[in-house]
Amino acid sequence: MTFAAIRRGARDALPLVIGTFPFGIVVGVISDAKGLSMAETLLMCALVFAGSSQLLALELWADPAPILAAAIAAFAVNIRLAPMGAALAPWLNRLRGWRLWGTLATLVDHSYALSAADMQRGGRDAGYLLGVGAGLWVFWMVAVALGHGLGSVVRVPPGHPLYFAAAATFCAILAAFWKGVARDLAPWVVSGGIALLLWWAGLSQPWPLIAGALAGAALGAARSEVRG
Amino acid sequence: MIRLDVLAAILAMAAATFACRAGGYVILRAIRVPPFVQRMLTHLPGPLFCAYVAPALAQWGLAGWIAGAAVMAVQLTTRSMAVSILSGVAAMAALQALG
Repeated sequence: MTFAAIRRGARDALPLVIGTFPFGIVVGVISDAKGLSMAETLLMCALVFAGSSQLLALELWADPAPILAAAIAAFAVNIRLAPMGAALAPWLNRLRGWRLWGTLATLVDHSYALSAADMQRGGRDAGYLLGVGAGLWVFWMVAVALGHGLGSVVRVPPGHPLYFAAAATFCAILAAFWKGVARDLAPWVVSGGIALLLWWAGLSQPWPLIAGALAGAALGAARSEVRG
Repeated sequence: MIRLDVLAAILAMAAATFACRAGGYVILRAIRVPPFVQRMLTHLPGPLFCAYVAPALAQWGLAGWIAGAAVMAVQLTTRSMAVSILSGVAAMAALQALG
């Protein structure tokens, strides 16, 4: 792991900040709306550093804090990171101790995507993975702090279009995962349909999410098995 | 100010998230995971966000579905999360203004 690779990763993370910054502001604003203090908000960002799961946990937030539901939500949303870590094994195998676990702690979709591309180009330095992750982490903290600060200044009434930014962010994330009708249409429809049915039936999150996601993923896996 | 129950929830989230980040590398290399489970993991992201997005859009009624479709269309063409999210908020504002 070299400093040059870390710096190259951090530089490549900069354009991605345009995409993650508004998301961070949304997380900060919602965090404030749910009654979390600035210190609590920044602690969550620093330690969890996974926007989608933070947003989902905040959707479920209550007083007292829903410890089990928040952990389940984080696990359900972030389990997608597990195969990414496994796929980066050729890089991670060269690391030991805090460098290994510290680098893994910064793993996010973007840093995996850039690193997988770098690996295909013959890159061999896990510092790149750490650099992208750490670069995004710094701006993530700034964006969320800004959002939390704005949230307490600007009072936005319920149902305001600004609140749609949360759902819009997930739609954008979803679109980024689309790989074509043959692979994705049926699992996505099944997953969304099951989640909607359970939600209409009165179940609260994360159960519609987990049931829909597992059903959709199982269907996707079964169909890819049939196709070979 | 950091409340104890909030701290506990944050630490639980952090532990669960780190288990996901590190666990894949640790477990998938140590034991042989059934191929079906591995395939499920590769197919998980899309269905996972679908299962989140569907009820979230339904809460906003018809306008939610229209604005959500707009976000996805903009994301697929521009590949920019910032532009997509802002387009979604703008679409929702326009739909609400139309009634």
